[in-house]
Amino acid sequence: MRSKKQLMLAAGAVVIAGGLVALGISYRPGIQPIPRPDPMNFEPQQVADGAKLAAIGDCTVCHTAEGGKAYAGGRALETPFGTLYATNITPDEVTGIGSWSFDAFRRAMAQGVSRDGHHLYPALPYEHFTHVSEADLLAIYAFLMTREAVHSQAPANELIPPLGFRPLLAGWKLLFLHQGPTVVDASKSTEWNRGAYLVEGLGHCGGCHTPRNLAGGEEASHAYAGGIAEGWVAPPLNGQNPSKKPWTPESLYVYLRTGVEAQHSAAAGPMGPVVHDLAAVPEEDVRAIATYIASKMSENTSTGLSSEPVDHREAAATQFPEAAALFAGACADCHDRGAPMMGQGRPALSSVTSIQLDTPDNVTQVILSGIPAPLDSKTPYMPPFAAPLTDPQISGLVSYLRARFSGKAAWQGVEKKVTDIRKSGEGR
Amino acid sequence: MTIDLTLNGRSVSVDADPTTPLLYVLRDDFALNGAKYGCGLGQCGACTVHVDGKPVFSCVTPIAAMGGRSVRTIEGLGSIDKPSVLQAAFEKEQAAQCGYCIAGMIMRAQSLLDRKTDPSEEEIRTHMQTNLCRCGTHMRILRAIKRAAAMLRDANGETGAVQ
Repeated sequence: MRSKKQLMLAAGAVVIAGGLVALGISYRPGIQPIPRPDPMNFEPQQVADGAKLAAIGDCTVCHTAEGGKAYAGGRALETPFGTLYATNITPDEVTGIGSWSFDAFRRAMAQGVSRDGHHLYPALPYEHFTHVSEADLLAIYAFLMTREAVHSQAPANELIPPLGFRPLLAGWKLLFLHQGPTVVDASKSTEWNRGAYLVEGLGHCGGCHTPRNLAGGEEASHAYAGGIAEGWVAPPLNGQNPSKKPWTPESLYVYLRTGVEAQHSAAAGPMGPVVHDLAAVPEEDVRAIATYIASKMSENTSTGLSSEPVDHREAAATQFPEAAALFAGACADCHDRGAPMMGQGRPALSSVTSIQLDTPDNVTQVILSGIPAPLDSKTPYMPPFAAPLTDPQISGLVSYLRARFSGKAAWQGVEKKVTDIRKSGEGR
Repeated sequence: MTIDLTLNGRSVSVDADPTTPLLYVLRDDFALNGAKYGCGLGQCGACTVHVDGKPVFSCVTPIAAMGGRSVRTIEGLGSIDKPSVLQAAFEKEQAAQCGYCIAGMIMRAQSLLDRKTDPSEEEIRTHMQTNLCRCGTHMRILRAIKRAAAMLRDANGETGAVQ
């Protein structure tokens, strides 16, 4: 029979061995810093290709702070686990990635490891970027390395303990990081496969449109079943998409390219910057993305999808008379039948996805904060109504819109939702 | 319907169709003609007034939403004889050409200065982005806002001298 001491020793050895294995799993060596590569050494064509790829990857959206210099980082990303600050990816040698060799850049994109060997948080969607080809990574590297170097240190992350301990991320990666190229489906068209490569990889659409589990990983079994992004619902991009009229490759292309499609929706919230970026990428790539997403949406579609848009004008006005008056005064000049805007290719409210979703989040968000239009863009604009309308007024309006345009059951808990969303917006 | 509200510090009551834009009520019922009708769609800012201290487009704000609220128009800031600090700064910088957008510009800018008297150039530009001027006096408008901010800081004894 073993003594107690032997057992203790054995247990200790197991713990130490486990620790060493864990360390072995989590340890990544540093990659030697290099002097910043001379921008003149990159081929102009490669840089130009990289610019388009960076736009598909939305690099600037996260890596540029509001009012800050492009790619210089500092933008706060609020997550259920705390606040992360985007890093500086300009070629500044001290605060950016100027001292990163291509090997270091490729490892960060494919494995989520920084040049010095520390694990990166999956706010950088490396579980998608890992699918990006070597040639495309080289082009993106060339593009970033030829940007203006900005000296700017990102603020320190504010995470709930113990998540500040980065070696834990090695465990996350075991579960959620699956390296390797996207699988080519020979039964599908070249365009479809190009779309799959862009959507699953650089475009990282699933980052928002796939639900996440408690560990913050995308639920692979519910790919594209819809998720949450910055307080907005990212609608399902699979058969559960609630759009009244089914999306087609053509309508998705118009939406992604221009930010609005007359029979469906206008881009708002976090989707705004995405379509803004997609206006600058090659048409065939946007068409490929549209083709792939449309094929996802056509899988296992729920019934009743193609039912005609509804407009229960009288019934909604009877149920919500005050909101009907607010709608007439605040919304109708743009959104009612025959309004001038409706003649300009803007979707009717009976078509937009937000009103068909299971929760009132997006309708509330868009009424409170409107749709800001960047100065250099022709994407749709809507003024915010947070100041002129009170929470009870907006809440009534949200319920009225649901009753008038959805043909679905009323949303519950609207007033609390409006209060919560207004509060979270003021916090930002 | 009858709506009771506070208008430039005064309790008032107005009888109007609930869908009437606040802008029409201000101009037609109270002869407060500073706020202008520009686009009617909340896209140009000429109709900007304050509701509970925040800037709103009064052309897309139905009067029905104003019950119990406090509305402030440019007439509530100052007069020709006694202009407010911001109005005086606009005069000093000659920041108006045709003047159509100016009441909205001033009310928009005032809401920023009510919050802080040391806004950065970037903050001013971002804040004023919703208001358009077709004459092209933007640079003077920016100067006027900066001048007013400095005057306000000076009056409060804060650091940062008048430029």
